[in-house]
Amino acid sequence: MSDDHDDSPIAARVRELEAVLEEKGLLDPRELDQVLEAFAHRASPANGFRVAARAWVDPGYKARLLENANEALPELGLSMGGGLQVQRLHVVENTEDVHNVIVCTLCSCYPLSLLGPSPTWYKSPAYRSRVVSHPREVLEQFGLTLPETTRIEVWDANAESRYMVLPRRPEGTEDLTEAELAARVTRNGLIGTAAV
Amino acid sequence: MPRTNDVGGQDGFGPVVEELDEPPFHADWEAHVMAMNRALIGQGVYNLDEFRDAVERTMSHESSYYENWFRAIGTLLKERGVV
Repeated sequence: MSDDHDDSPIAARVRELEAVLEEKGLLDPRELDQVLEAFAHRASPANGFRVAARAWVDPGYKARLLENANEALPELGLSMGGGLQVQRLHVVENTEDVHNVIVCTLCSCYPLSLLGPSPTWYKSPAYRSRVVSHPREVLEQFGLTLPETTRIEVWDANAESRYMVLPRRPEGTEDLTEAELAARVTRNGLIGTAAV
Repeated sequence: MPRTNDVGGQDGFGPVVEELDEPPFHADWEAHVMAMNRALIGQGVYNLDEFRDAVERTMSHESSYYENWFRAIGTLLKERGVV
């Protein structure tokens, strides 16, 4: 990341500001690479995939996860403390009758440490404005058509509280190992804009 | 009156567009803006809530996500007399 040859106007302005902050001792150029490496290493959707797979194979873990996710995450070596502050996590379970989907209408709150960096569409006003008022229509834009009888619950995250969806375990996966199940989970499944 | 960022339930933003295989950052400068913000919060130049507030009061729907971040950082640094 140190060798930045982007010649767009904003890239130049970012470099200019970095130079000023480095001169003032507020920014260490080596720190940038460290921050980015730590960010890329710790925040991965593979973490969320593991959580879902464990919940599917271990009913006791699932119960603890739904009851208090912050206490259940350390059982898998995970936490919600990867960012600048620790957030409360609430895991919401999809069932035959209820489908959950997460959003942050104010900005971009997201369980980063479990899902990795959020996609641009999650941060877009198009998604944030619409999924709370017309969730069924938005899910259809993602190719997810739910039966009329399925109730949709939309969870609006904020600075202190984050949500993650526990998707329904796919049918016919009784013989799969936990690792194989984890490989079936998708990021959008954990957001609620896809089934798994 | 709600701030510009408070879009829940509003109409007129069009369909959701999903980019397949989207990278975490679309350009190096975006990653640099994210890292710069972490460093400045880490140094105590401002805190996370002040940053959120700055994004909310300076953001534009015409700008990209990290453009809005960069504008908020610049605003906070000016207000604190750092630059």
